[in-house]
Amino acid sequence: MSGLARHLLVLLARLLVGARGEWLGCAPEPGRRIYFANHSSHFDTLAVIAAMPLPLRRTLRPVAARDYWGRTRLGRFFAEGCLRAVLLDRTPRFHEDPLAPVATVLERGESILIFPEGTRGDGEAVAGFKPGLFHIARRFPEVDLVPVHLDNLARVMPKGSLLVVPLTCTARFGASFRLDPGEPKQTFLARARAALLALAPAAVEPER
Amino acid sequence: MSPALLCVVAGVAAVLVLASVVGFVLERQARDEPALATIRNLNARTRSWWVMTLVLAGAVALGDAAIVVLFALLSFVALREFWTLTPSRRGDHRALFLSFFVVLPLHYWMVGAQWYGVFAILIPVYGFLILPAVSTLAGDTRDFLGRSARVQWGLMLCVYTISHAPALLMLDTGTDPVLLLLYLVIVAQFSDVLQYVFGKLLGRTRLAPGISPSKTVGGLVGGGLSAIALGTLLAPLTPFEWWQAAGMSTVIVVAGFFGGFVLSAVKRDLGAKDWGYLIHGHGGILDRLDSISFAAPLFFHLTRYWFTG
Repeated sequence: MSGLARHLLVLLARLLVGARGEWLGCAPEPGRRIYFANHSSHFDTLAVIAAMPLPLRRTLRPVAARDYWGRTRLGRFFAEGCLRAVLLDRTPRFHEDPLAPVATVLERGESILIFPEGTRGDGEAVAGFKPGLFHIARRFPEVDLVPVHLDNLARVMPKGSLLVVPLTCTARFGASFRLDPGEPKQTFLARARAALLALAPAAVEPER
Repeated sequence: MSPALLCVVAGVAAVLVLASVVGFVLERQARDEPALATIRNLNARTRSWWVMTLVLAGAVALGDAAIVVLFALLSFVALREFWTLTPSRRGDHRALFLSFFVVLPLHYWMVGAQWYGVFAILIPVYGFLILPAVSTLAGDTRDFLGRSARVQWGLMLCVYTISHAPALLMLDTGTDPVLLLLYLVIVAQFSDVLQYVFGKLLGRTRLAPGISPSKTVGGLVGGGLSAIALGTLLAPLTPFEWWQAAGMSTVIVVAGFFGGFVLSAVKRDLGAKDWGYLIHGHGGILDRLDSISFAAPLFFHLTRYWFTG
C-alpha cells in the first residue's frame, strides 16, 4: 500500500516538477551517504527521491521534523509510510539523544537525506546550517557527505500555500566530502553550505 | 483512417526513412569533430521526429478527443517550460496555479466541446481581467504591470495560440478537418526543418545574430520557398485551390518564422538558449511549437473566415 503510494508520489513529482537529476560531482552509486539539500517546500524530499535512480531510492531515508509530520495520522502516513522518513525531534527533551534515530539508520547501512537549514526558506537565500549535520558527520566520519541543490521549488509550493504550480526542478548533486579530523563546527558548517551554494544555477552556468 | 490520411502518414514516414538513411551515411563519412557533432545533433533530431510523428499519428488514429488531449498536454508542458525560465514572485502564485489548473483545462474543454464563442474570449477577456485581479489580493505591487503581463503572455503563447491547431477540428470546410490540422503542422514543421537544412548548406549571412545565431538569410529564403512549394503541392488535402494553398502556406511560413524569432528574443531576454530538455536534439517542447503558436491562430481565422459556410 505505502510502496504503491510511494511510486505514485514519485510519478506525480515527475509529472509536476520534472525532477531531473544532474550528477555533477559524484556518480549515482548506491551505498551509505549523507545527502543534504536546501529546503524551500514540501516537494523537496519527493523531488530528490524522484531525481534518483531506483536502487538509490530504496536505501534513502529522508529526515523529517516529528513536530510537523508526526502530528497527524495522514502526516505520518506520507512521511513514514510513503517516503520512509526518519522523524526527528527539533526540540528534544532533556537527556535524550536527538540524533539516535538517524544514527540507527546509518549504522544499518542506509543513506539519509537531511535539510540542515532546519526549516523551509523563501527560496531566495539559503539560511545558515543547524549543527545537526556536524554532529552526524562527527559520529560517522567515514561516510561521504553529498550536497544537493534544488532550484525553483519555492515557486512550486511556497511556505504557507497548499497550491502546487508545476515548474521544472533540477536536483544537482555535487562532489562528496568528509569532515576533516579536528575541524571546528562553524568551519565545517560554512564549508558544507558553500558546497551547496556552489551548485546553484548562477554558479554552475555563469554565462546565464 | 481515410485513404488521404494514410497517404499523409506514409509520406511523412518516407521522408523520415530518407532522413534516417542520409543521417546514417553522413555519420559514417564525417571526418572532423565539429562536423560529427553537427551530424549527431541532426540524427538526434531525426529520432525525435520519429517519436513526435508516432505520437501525433497515434492521437489521430484514436480520434478527435485524443488530439485535443494531446495538445492540452503539450500546452501544459510548454507553460511549465515558460514559467521555469520566467521569473515570478510569491504574489503570482495563485494566478499561476489558476493558469495551469483552471484556465488551461477549461480552455481545452471549450476546444473539445467546439464552443467557439467561449474558446475565443476565455483567455484574452476573462483571463486578462480575472488573473491580475486575483494577484492584487496578494498585496504585492512590486513590478505588478510586468508580472501581470508575463502571466498573460504565458497563457496566450502556450495555451491560447497553440490550441488554435486542434481548434481546426471545429471548422466545417467540407473536407476532413484532421487533414487541415496535419496540413498546418506539416507546412510549419517542414518550414523549420528546411530552414535549418538550407541554413547549414548555403547559409553565410546571418539574419539577426543578436536574436538567433543559427538563422541565416539563405536558410530563410531557401527553406521558406520550399515549404511554400510543399504547401502548394499539398492543396488536394485541403479545401483550397492551388493558388489559395500557396497563399495559406506563405502565411504559415512567415508567421512560423516570426514565432521562432519572437520566442528566441524572449529566451535571450531570459538568458537561456533552449526552453527545456524534453525533446532530444531540439531542446524543449516550446522550441518545437514556437512556429505553430504564431501560425495556428492566423491559419485558423483565415480558414474560418473564407472557407466555412
